[in-house]
Amino acid sequence: MSKLLMKGNEAFGEAAIRAGVKCYFGYPITPQNEVPEYLSHELPKAGGAFLQAESELAAVNMAFGAAAAGGRVFISTSSPGLALMQEGLGFICSTEVPLVALNVSRGGPGVGGIHPSQADYTQVTRGGYNGDAKVPVFAPATIQECVDLIYECFDIAEKYRNPVMILADAMLGQMMEPVELPPKKEITPVDQIAREKPWAITGTAQHEGRNVIYSLRMQPDVLEQHVEHLFDKYAEAERELVRYNAVGLEDAEVVFVSFGTMSRLCVEAIEMLAERGVKAGMIRPISLWPFPNKAFDEIGPKTKLVISAELSMGQMIQDVKVAAQNRWPVKLIHRTGGIVPSSIEITEKTLELLKEVQG
Amino acid sequence: MKTVFKPTAGMVPVDTSYCPGCSHGIAHRLIMECLEERGDLGRTIGVVPIGCAINAHHFMNVDMCESTHGRAPAIASGIRRVHPDKVVFTYQGDGDLASIGAGEIVHAAHRGEKFTTFFINNAIYGMTGGQMAPTTLIGQKATTAVYGRTVEQAGMPLRVCEMLSTIDCAVFVERVILNNPANVRKAKKAIHTALDIQAAGLGFTFVEFLSACPTNWGMAPVDALKWVETDMAAYYPVKNFKKPEGY
Repeated sequence: MSKLLMKGNEAFGEAAIRAGVKCYFGYPITPQNEVPEYLSHELPKAGGAFLQAESELAAVNMAFGAAAAGGRVFISTSSPGLALMQEGLGFICSTEVPLVALNVSRGGPGVGGIHPSQADYTQVTRGGYNGDAKVPVFAPATIQECVDLIYECFDIAEKYRNPVMILADAMLGQMMEPVELPPKKEITPVDQIAREKPWAITGTAQHEGRNVIYSLRMQPDVLEQHVEHLFDKYAEAERELVRYNAVGLEDAEVVFVSFGTMSRLCVEAIEMLAERGVKAGMIRPISLWPFPNKAFDEIGPKTKLVISAELSMGQMIQDVKVAAQNRWPVKLIHRTGGIVPSSIEITEKTLELLKEVQG
Repeated sequence: MKTVFKPTAGMVPVDTSYCPGCSHGIAHRLIMECLEERGDLGRTIGVVPIGCAINAHHFMNVDMCESTHGRAPAIASGIRRVHPDKVVFTYQGDGDLASIGAGEIVHAAHRGEKFTTFFINNAIYGMTGGQMAPTTLIGQKATTAVYGRTVEQAGMPLRVCEMLSTIDCAVFVERVILNNPANVRKAKKAIHTALDIQAAGLGFTFVEFLSACPTNWGMAPVDALKWVETDMAAYYPVKNFKKPEGY
């Protein structure tokens, strides 16, 4: 199949259409605006429904309603918008309704900035919702990978009956790359929803008994049982959804752990380090939750240093330390606020850190 | 023998969790009777609020979902996008709709969403124990206004029908009162009209029910009904604010 040169955000919208999405809800926020803009004219052509919400609060709740009613639902936002959606995401986890959410993240805290940032790592992996819940999160490094993940994640969301999140950033959303689009899946016709999703609220004439989608459980023992049920699903997710890419771990002196845009710079830094006589490898987590702890078992005996390379003040490094289990020193290379470092900067900093640990 | 009365199939045959004298039971039954009479029970999807009526899905015999606080109109908007031909409604109290959910109801009305909102106005937060609502009357006591609401401190009570009826795509807006059998019958007529207009796809439809909350008002049920009639109806006029031609 031929490749198209597409802007990230538009390709992400098209990926959702190809996945057979029925509904999209969103609210304008930079740097993800091309997602709703693209879907506003393309999703209705494909037989779906586009609705610009009055706020992110409304958008995530519209998404809940449409998904509870059995529609395949896609939402997108950027960091502060995701903060507003967090209550809704927790509610959706509690009610076991599937949807896919894309976060084209930007700098923070607060209104922050609009440039590429990974300072949402904690927000997406721990959530900002109340209570015990988890949302699987995947972090692509290319537009192609993001397209493929969006396409696939609807099936994951529906299998687990839980939201699934894609964490992109302003770089991936705003740049252009060649992309091969997956084949178009049909939108499930309304009279087939009850057959595919017997739990959905489609009207009692469509299914056995009466369907009620609810979160409130006033009896503590009933609530505890429900949360334990959710965590049975999350335990399965931890077994099934771990994804990562590992390069050069066997004989690396230094191993980068990096995802998304930052991981692309680390790939360049690995080449530059090789020219300076230093062998470097990388673990690129694709699933941020569940975190690929097992990738660290592939690290060879020559490794003296593990570096968490992030576009934040260092958030993933907590997970990296847990995964490293004191087997290697763990250091941080980072920029924040929307600054993307050069691969030269990463290379020089790596050599400094290496010197430090070799002391 | 001729059947002169039977409970509506629209209500699940269980006791409700509402207090004695509460108007929720009447409002539930009216809505469900209407849906049954229309043959719509099997093709209706309802959204319940946060508040006492979160329990409505235990009693209303249709497919339903709960809502985050105030967001029922957004949720119903989403349901409507997937099921353009079903009957969709939200059932919301005054804390839920007029306070935290004021944005969602205005925008759902503004978009002319083709669902019906049933708004239970009892001028107080019920489930949380009697706090002041946007609809609490001046002088009315609440647990967060123990000397009575004042204009200086909390402004004037919000008249939702009056506000929504200024919105072009809100095509049917009516306030009814659940204080006596004659007015209960009128309320039922308003529900049918709202559902007729929803079925015709003409726009957003809204019915407000002036309702009693004897528990949180600290009144006997009969006194509470009198207070709805005298004090509430004096500030919240009972009337049709808006309807399409021919209805």
